[in-house]
Amino acid sequence: MHRLLQIKDRETDLALGNDAIVRGALEAGLAFASCYPGTPSSEIGNNLYIISKETDVYFEFSVNEKVALEVAASAAQCGLRSMCSMKHVGLNVASDVLITLAYIGVEGGLVVVSADDPSLHSSQNEQDNRYYAKLGGLPMLEPADPGEAYLMTREAFEISERYRVPVILRTTTRVNHSRSPVTFGPLAAPKTKGEFKKNPFRLVPIPAVARELHKELLGKRKDMAEDAARSPFNTISGEGTVGVASSGVARHYVADGLRELGIMDRARVLNLGFSHPFPHKLAKEFLASVNTVLVVEELEPILEESLKVVALHEALSICIEGKPPGPIPRHFELDPITVKDALASHFGVEFSRPQTVRVDDLPPRPPNLCPGCPHRATYYSIKKVFGDHALYPSDIGCYTLGILPPLSAADYLLCMGSSIGTGCGFSEVQERPVVSFIGDSTFFHSGIAGLVNAKFNNHDTVLVILDNFTTAMTGHQPHPGTSLMPEGEVEPAVSIEGLVEGIGIEEVAVINPLNLKKSIKALEKIASSKAKGPKVVVARAVCPLYHRAVTGKRKPIVFQVQDSCDMCRDCIDDLACPAFSLTNGRIEIDERLCNACAVCSQICDSIKPKKVAG
Amino acid sequence: MKSLNMFITGVGGQGTLLASRVLGEAALMVGMGAVVGEVHGMAQRGGVVESVVVIGERKGPVLSEGEADVLLGFEPMETLRALRMCHRNTIVVSNLTPVVPFTVTSGKAEYPDVDSMMEKVRGAVGRLVALDADRLAKEAGSPRAMNVVLVGALAATNTLPFDAEILEEAIRATVKPAFVEINLRAFRSGVSAVT
Repeated sequence: MHRLLQIKDRETDLALGNDAIVRGALEAGLAFASCYPGTPSSEIGNNLYIISKETDVYFEFSVNEKVALEVAASAAQCGLRSMCSMKHVGLNVASDVLITLAYIGVEGGLVVVSADDPSLHSSQNEQDNRYYAKLGGLPMLEPADPGEAYLMTREAFEISERYRVPVILRTTTRVNHSRSPVTFGPLAAPKTKGEFKKNPFRLVPIPAVARELHKELLGKRKDMAEDAARSPFNTISGEGTVGVASSGVARHYVADGLRELGIMDRARVLNLGFSHPFPHKLAKEFLASVNTVLVVEELEPILEESLKVVALHEALSICIEGKPPGPIPRHFELDPITVKDALASHFGVEFSRPQTVRVDDLPPRPPNLCPGCPHRATYYSIKKVFGDHALYPSDIGCYTLGILPPLSAADYLLCMGSSIGTGCGFSEVQERPVVSFIGDSTFFHSGIAGLVNAKFNNHDTVLVILDNFTTAMTGHQPHPGTSLMPEGEVEPAVSIEGLVEGIGIEEVAVINPLNLKKSIKALEKIASSKAKGPKVVVARAVCPLYHRAVTGKRKPIVFQVQDSCDMCRDCIDDLACPAFSLTNGRIEIDERLCNACAVCSQICDSIKPKKVAG
Repeated sequence: MKSLNMFITGVGGQGTLLASRVLGEAALMVGMGAVVGEVHGMAQRGGVVESVVVIGERKGPVLSEGEADVLLGFEPMETLRALRMCHRNTIVVSNLTPVVPFTVTSGKAEYPDVDSMMEKVRGAVGRLVALDADRLAKEAGSPRAMNVVLVGALAATNTLPFDAEILEEAIRATVKPAFVEINLRAFRSGVSAVT
């Protein structure tokens, strides 16, 4: 049984934020869940995927966040408590659903988890998704730690059903990926059978209907704000006329800082966890009791601006500062000393930053494609055929790491699926040949429409679909083209080349990138084609980490550099496999790292296989 | 009590997250506050993996530079890179076995001399305990238990607010049953390497 199902009532666990969200949802009677994986939200789906096989809870990895939210919304419409989780940029994809869903509303509670990534630990931007609560007019909860993530997930279902709207649970990396002690409650039996009651003049937002629905949504706002003002997640504490206001994980940096500076007893603190609709009444009470306010929040000045609006509205003459020119940065996540420094000057107490020694001239250790990664082989062959001159739009996944030299196989990137759309544009306006890279899961997520566009508008571009059987970057979730599952080999639900051919792409090559000779030959044929229009290469070989995780097996060989090596260095200079090293002037392959892809042995006669225990 | 701030650094695959969890579980067992901040995702593809364990009153899962009371380094160069997190009195426990990054193996940079790196660390902090944890783990029966050797060495510095038995209990509660014995052996060899 999954460990989150084994935790007993009143048991305390050192819980990961994402685990706490899942357990909270199960205790609230979660019946239906969907997601598209993305750091830092992925463990939510990974847990529910397993839990759904052991309980009545329905779960699916949907093809993208938009579809995931549509799937969850319809379950909620039928009265099931539902949850849909994604990373922050995923909500951009799902936003078209979210904003109108706010009008239509829900019957069963629906919680939308938006996992933001301040400091861009594993993302292409650090947008602040609290704006989506404002944009959609939706309630939002912002936990500071796993304990609150648990409590707020439970409460989010209640709020959602009280106002019949989806509720945004907005987390950040430091909440999703922190552990702290959480005392859990009892699991609940979910209601898993839904019912759809026809009511088209409420549920189909033709303009005449939507106009009324928008007024209705706005009508809920006042009650929701009053609810927020009474919420135990929103508090005013402490005495004095110097105020601090904070939300999300920053609340901990404020409390830790005040305590460590010894000024806890003279700080008046507004803490917001249920932060939208803004609890105007509570903010007014807070602002009326202080002379100055330091607002400590990560990323955008959302709380700060809301407080300024309340001050203006209530004609309170008060100094409110936060983001620049104030002391709280608008970029990256906050850290204890930045907050302590700002608090110290706000309260007029001494604080000196600790003296530190920095050693900056060390060799960097960037993340790299793993040994045996088939993407490396694909990039190698592509570079042999298309060279450095070609333009390589890339996409979101492990293969973005192909940006690093010597592979240097990423020239432009916007978002999931952008390799194809941008490839279309590039092919029209400039002279370099265009070769776009997209992963298998990303292709299903948002690449298909781009490829249809390429065909429709006859763009002269090559698309390489890197099929490694799994959504590798986020921890090996399945996708519609997956042909290897924990239970063994399976027929893919959707064939990638079938789809590509169905679109009408005439030149399609399926290659095994680990066979360099055949791959290069197939690529040369594509490169020399005179026909205008899009061409597709499907480069198919399983991710070695996924293969090992599923089969539990290693190949019974590794590769070794023989004494005949003439130190030409092509293996190191062209492949850059991390299993290679230059030790005492000789090239060696680390047996423990080698995944036996055999690619290096195809570019050098001095590299040979050696048998090892499988 | 003042919080004990620990910073743990290493390379993807070295087991820094498990070590962090063991320390957090131990704190929980003795009823102290514990926060463990982990890094998942991109960082695991052979890159640096850093985590934070805070024991005591503090609730924030992040440390600023200069705030680590303990630095647990799984790889000597990463120990030195994390020196920015230390203050004058930090206790540093570091493994001595290098994991050479590809920027070095490909000849683009040179891996610094381990002894001089450790000298730099020693000169900047309160105490440095440096040991060949890879070798000790191998001798204990599994190279993968290197993380637990380092936790044992840390336990032997008497910096933690709980004793070795509690950590052994935390190891039993955290690692898979099949690996408990090997991990306990590795842990004890870390303890005896320092005492």
